[in-house]
Amino acid sequence: MAYISSGVACSHVPALGVASDTGIANDDYYGPIFKGFEFSKQWIENEKPDVIFLVYNDHCTAFDARIIPTFALGCASEYVPADEGWGPRPVPVVQGHRELSAHIAQSLILDSFDITIMNEMEVDHGLTVPLTMMFGQPDEWPCPVVPLAVNVVQYPAPLGSRCYALGKAIRTAIESYPDNLKVCVFGTGGMSHQLQHKRAGLINSEWDDRFMNLLVNEPEKGASIDHIEYLREAGSEGIELVMWHVMRGALNEQVEEVHRFYHVPASNTAVGHLILENK
Amino acid sequence: MAIDKIYDDIPGTVVFDSDQAIKGYHLNQFCISLRLAPNREAFKADPQNYIDQFPMTPEQREAALNQEWNLLLELGGNIYYTSKLAAFHGINFQNLAGLMTGMGSDYRDMMIAGGRNIDGNRYQSEWDEK
Repeated sequence: MAYISSGVACSHVPALGVASDTGIANDDYYGPIFKGFEFSKQWIENEKPDVIFLVYNDHCTAFDARIIPTFALGCASEYVPADEGWGPRPVPVVQGHRELSAHIAQSLILDSFDITIMNEMEVDHGLTVPLTMMFGQPDEWPCPVVPLAVNVVQYPAPLGSRCYALGKAIRTAIESYPDNLKVCVFGTGGMSHQLQHKRAGLINSEWDDRFMNLLVNEPEKGASIDHIEYLREAGSEGIELVMWHVMRGALNEQVEEVHRFYHVPASNTAVGHLILENK
Repeated sequence: MAIDKIYDDIPGTVVFDSDQAIKGYHLNQFCISLRLAPNREAFKADPQNYIDQFPMTPEQREAALNQEWNLLLELGGNIYYTSKLAAFHGINFQNLAGLMTGMGSDYRDMMIAGGRNIDGNRYQSEWDEK
């Protein structure tokens, strides 16, 4: 049977993709960030997941204002990196796992999560930057990806508690898939940041630290953080952090934190990163 | 009952909620159209004519043509959309933040020094006192 072995939390700041793609990942500005992921690259090489279940948000790329699904599950055979306005990122096409996706879609809906099914979908930096941070610049991504896009652009994003419950339902779905697949779940986005209006540039490192501690050790309490707290304390775009609860919900109650990294800034954002293993 | 906007007391922040989304729909669709190169070329060739394909309000139209970044947000724009208009003008996210905050190049230095501190920036009343 398929099983979930581990979880990764990772910011998906677009500037990190640009830094990797243009060869400035080792400069004084970006070097310390990429150094924080050296452990992670080694770790995932040893971990060798068969599939990555990747929770991210689309930034009006696959979905502009016409269609805004709260939860959209990728069920395609491949996902092409999109042109976000300055040409597509020069990274490999992301391979999907249609059979596992289809199984998860059916299981989730019968488990009361009425997700949207995406049989074709372009993907943006929200999905490809975490792959870059974890795998560097391979010719092909080492394993297929099942993407889950979450709306965090138009308020309200789904509640943290709902995301956490969805994570549990994803686990149930994966564990009922007959093939023996090792799955690693990524929760992406965050941490504290505000990109807009006069309060842009907000960073709340103390809050970010507390958030990571809650996520790891008291996940239900972490998932109960309400929207107004994200908006006020972590910035209007910090609400992306609800996606980390999907990842956490898919893991055991008890996890081992094998890696933590935090850095300010990448462009306008606090970069946060965790690797959690099921105990 | 109307939805309570408990986030309205956060200073310097426009929450892109469903009311803003309705107000800004055509403005945002204009901005996102600039994601694609042929549309960027068409806008560059004839800005007035290109923007008129999108039935936005005269105020939104003027704000878009005049690059009034905060006003665009107040009129229903969302930052992920307006940033495409900024990118069209060669303005990246960090420079756009410099413009929206009125800090210019000092913005980048603030970020390197750890970003905008949360203290004094939680409530509108804290800004009003200044």
